[in-house]
Amino acid sequence: MALYLSKSGKLLPHFKQKICSLGMISLSSIGSCFSQNPPLSPEDGKTPYAAPAHHPSLFASRRFGSVKAEKLASITNTGDSQALNFPGGIVKFTPELKFLADLPEERIHCYRVLDESGHLLTSDFVEIDKDIAVKMYEDMVMLQTIDTIFYEAQRQGRISFYVTAAGEEAINIASAAALSMDDFVFPQYREAGVLLWRGFGLQDLANQCFGNVGDNCKGRQMPAHYGSKKHNYFTVASTVATQIPHAVGAAYSLKMEGRDACTITYFGDGGTSTGDCHAAMNFAAVLEAPVILFCRNNGWAISTPVSDQFRSDGIVVRGQAYGIRSIRVDGNDALAVFSAVHMARKMAISESRPVLIEALTYRAGHHSTSDDSSKYRPIEEIEWWRAAQDPVARFRKWLEIQGWWRCESDTELRDRARQEVLNAILVAEKTEKPGLGEIFTDVYDFPPSNLRDQEKSLRQTVERHQRDYPHFQL
Amino acid sequence: MAASFGVSSAAVQAVKSSASPLPSPPVIRSEARPISGRINRSRKAGKIATHAVAARTENPASAASKTGHEVLLFEALREGLEEEMERDPRVCIFGEDVGHYGGSYKVSKGLAEKYGDLRVLDTPIAENSFTGMAVGAAMTGLRPVVEGMNMGFLLLAFNQISDNCGMLHYTSGGQFTIPTVIRGPGGVGRQLGAEHSQRLESYFQSIPGIQMVACSTPYNAKGLMKAAIRSENPVVLFEHVLLYNLKERIPDEEYVVSLEEAEMVRPGKHVTILTYSRMRYHVMQAAKTLVNKGYDPEVIDIRSLKPFDLHTIGNSIKKTHKVLIVEECMRTGGIGASLTAAINENFNDYLDAPIVCLSSQDVPTPYAGTLEEVTVVQPPQIVTAVEQLCR
Repeated sequence: MALYLSKSGKLLPHFKQKICSLGMISLSSIGSCFSQNPPLSPEDGKTPYAAPAHHPSLFASRRFGSVKAEKLASITNTGDSQALNFPGGIVKFTPELKFLADLPEERIHCYRVLDESGHLLTSDFVEIDKDIAVKMYEDMVMLQTIDTIFYEAQRQGRISFYVTAAGEEAINIASAAALSMDDFVFPQYREAGVLLWRGFGLQDLANQCFGNVGDNCKGRQMPAHYGSKKHNYFTVASTVATQIPHAVGAAYSLKMEGRDACTITYFGDGGTSTGDCHAAMNFAAVLEAPVILFCRNNGWAISTPVSDQFRSDGIVVRGQAYGIRSIRVDGNDALAVFSAVHMARKMAISESRPVLIEALTYRAGHHSTSDDSSKYRPIEEIEWWRAAQDPVARFRKWLEIQGWWRCESDTELRDRARQEVLNAILVAEKTEKPGLGEIFTDVYDFPPSNLRDQEKSLRQTVERHQRDYPHFQL
Repeated sequence: MAASFGVSSAAVQAVKSSASPLPSPPVIRSEARPISGRINRSRKAGKIATHAVAARTENPASAASKTGHEVLLFEALREGLEEEMERDPRVCIFGEDVGHYGGSYKVSKGLAEKYGDLRVLDTPIAENSFTGMAVGAAMTGLRPVVEGMNMGFLLLAFNQISDNCGMLHYTSGGQFTIPTVIRGPGGVGRQLGAEHSQRLESYFQSIPGIQMVACSTPYNAKGLMKAAIRSENPVVLFEHVLLYNLKERIPDEEYVVSLEEAEMVRPGKHVTILTYSRMRYHVMQAAKTLVNKGYDPEVIDIRSLKPFDLHTIGNSIKKTHKVLIVEECMRTGGIGASLTAAINENFNDYLDAPIVCLSSQDVPTPYAGTLEEVTVVQPPQIVTAVEQLCR
C-alpha cells in the first residue's frame, strides 16, 4: 500500500486520523476515536486498522489501504455504546429515532464590539493603532463620497452604470485594513473600498468608470469592475460567485509556494446559492486552502430577500456543514470586522485552513443604478438602516471617544473628499477613450491572424465612413 | 513516422520560449516557412537545430533505425505532461481521479506518486468549480492542466471557461494571464451513450480568448500537450476516447509541436480532405480505397480548431480546387460549418466545386452499436463523396 505524504509544509497542529479500514470497536469514550492511537478492541485483541496510526494524514494518504475481511472485528454487544468505523470515521450508534432540528433554537450570535453610539461592549477585540484607525475612518468617508458622487454622475448620464457599497463601508475598509498587501483579494463588485485602502487612486477609479485611456482595464469592463494586479486585487467579473473558486485556486497556489499570505473572497447572500459557492467552500475545506470566505449578508439579492434565498440560519451555519470554522459578525461594526478578519487571516495562514466570516449588514443603497429598491422594500426600512446603523458614524463616535478625531474635522474632510472626487470625474470625463486597436489586443497574448484581419477590416470601414464613426478619427 | 506525416521538408527552428531559461526544443513545422509572430516573440534569428525527424527525411537509411521509442497515445500524453511538470514546478493537474487512481484513461498515471498530492490534485465532482480554481491558480502564477473526465462534463464548466478563462485577460486590460490547459477525451466512442459522446469543440469554438487543438497521433499528442502547457493563453486540448491506445514510435529527444498549425498527412493533387481527430483514420482508410481507384487525395489533419490554419489549408485548395471536410461534429454549428464558411470567404476564387462537408447527424448519439456506427462518418461515405466531387 502506498503512503503519500503531503508535500505541503503546513501540518495540522492537531492530527485527525483518517481511518479507512472498516472495523467494529467498542469504546468507552468517543474522544479516543480522534487520538493518535486508537484503543484495541478488547474482544479480539487485534487492531482493526491495517494502517499505521502515526501519520498526520492531510490528503487521506491511506485512502487506498485495502482491508482484509478478517480484520473486521465482529459485532459484539458489551452494553457500552457501540460504534462502527465507517468510511469517513468512527460513528457512535444511537437507539433513538431522532432527527436533527432544521434550525438551531437560537440564531448563531453575532460578534459585536461597538454599540451604535460608539461605546465598547467588550475588551475582546484586536486593538488598532491611531494611524490605522484614522486612515480607516478617512477611507470610509472617502468611499461614501465616491459612492454618492459617482451614483449622481450615472444619474446625470455621465457614466453608464455604477454600484455603491452604501451601508457596507465598514466591511470594505475594516476587512482591507486587517489584511496585508500580499493577500490576494477576489472581490465580487461591492468592495471598491478594499481597493481604495490599498492605494488605488481616485483618478484610477474614475478612469475605469469612464473607460478612458487612463483605465488600466483599457475600457473593457463595466464601471466599478475594477482590477489591479499591482494591488493584488483581481478584476471583477459580472458572473456571480465565480470568484470564489478562483480564490480557492489562488489559495492553493499560495499553499504550494508556502507563502505567508492568504486569499480573501467576498460574496453576498445571493451568491451563496450558486453551485460555485458550494463547491468552492467544500473544496477549500478538503484542500485545506488558506482562504477567507467573506459573506456580506446584506439581506437582499436585487429584489430577493434572504427568506427567499435560503432557509438556513444565514451563512455562518454552513461552515460546519463543510468542516470550516466560521463566525458571524456585525458588518456595520468596523472593529468587529477588523478583529474577525485579523484572526481569520492568522488561522488561515498558520493552520492552512479556510475560514468563513458572515458579516450581517444591510444594503442601504439600491442593488445598482439599474435598480430602484423602493419598489420592493419600504423606504422607511432603508432610511432606518441608513441612519441608525451607519457604520461610518458609529466608527467616528468611537474615534471621538478615543480622542482621535474631532467632530469639526469632519466637514473639512468631507468637503475635501468631495472636491477631489468631482475633480477626478472632470478629468476622467475629458480624457479620450481607447483607440480601435484596443478592441483586438489582450484577447490572446498576441493577436492571431484572424483578429489582425478583423482589425484591418474594421479600420477600413471606419476610414471609408469616417462621418459615421466620429469617435475614431483615423 | 516521417512517411505517415508526409513532412515535406522539416525546417526546424529553435524557438525561445520567453518563460523558460532552459534550452528550447525544436518546433516541428509541417512546411518550411516562418513561424507566426504569436509563438516566438524573441526567437533566435536563423538558428536551426537538427532533429530526429529532419534527420529521417534526409537519411532514409537512418529512418529505419530504432531511434525513438514506442508509446500508446495516452502514454505520449503522459510523457508530455511529465516532462512539463519536471521542467516547470508551476505545472499542476486538477481533475477527478487524476491522483492516485492515475486518471480514468491513465493519462496522469504515476504522476501523483512522483509529484505529490498537491501538484496532482483530486477534485470533488464540481467541474465549474475546479475549472474556476484553475483560473484562480493560473492568475496567481501556476500553470494548471484541468482534466475533464469526459469532455462532455466540461459543459458544466462552460461559465468558467467562457466568461472567466476566455475573458479575464482581456477585461483586466492584460494584467492577469490565464495559462491553463483544459483537456479530456471526447467524441463518439463505443456505446458510451449520448451524454458521453459529446463533441465540445462545436460549443466552445465561439469563445473568444481560448485556443483549441485536437490531437490524433501519439506524436502530435505529446507535442500539443507540451505546447499547450507552455502557451500563455488558455488552450483546450481535445483528445478522443477511441484513440488512446494508438501506438507509434516517437522521438526520444524533446520536441514541441505548433499549436496553430495543420498537419499534412498525405500530399495529393485531386482533392483536399480536411479532418481532425478520429476521423483522420476513417479518411486514411478511405484514402487507401481511393488510391486503388486512381484518385490522389491530399489529406490534412487540421489539428488547430481555433484558429484555423488557413495558410496550409489555403495552399492546398489552391492546388486541388476541391474541398471535402470530414468531421465528427454534428451538421449544425460544428467545426465543419465554421471551416466551410471560412474557406468560402477566403478561397472562393480557387474552388471548382462547392465544399462538401460530411458530419454526424443532428441527433444525440444512440447507444445501440449498429445505430451509433451510422451516426459517424464511415469510409465508404468518404469514398463516395470524393468520387462525386472529382467527377
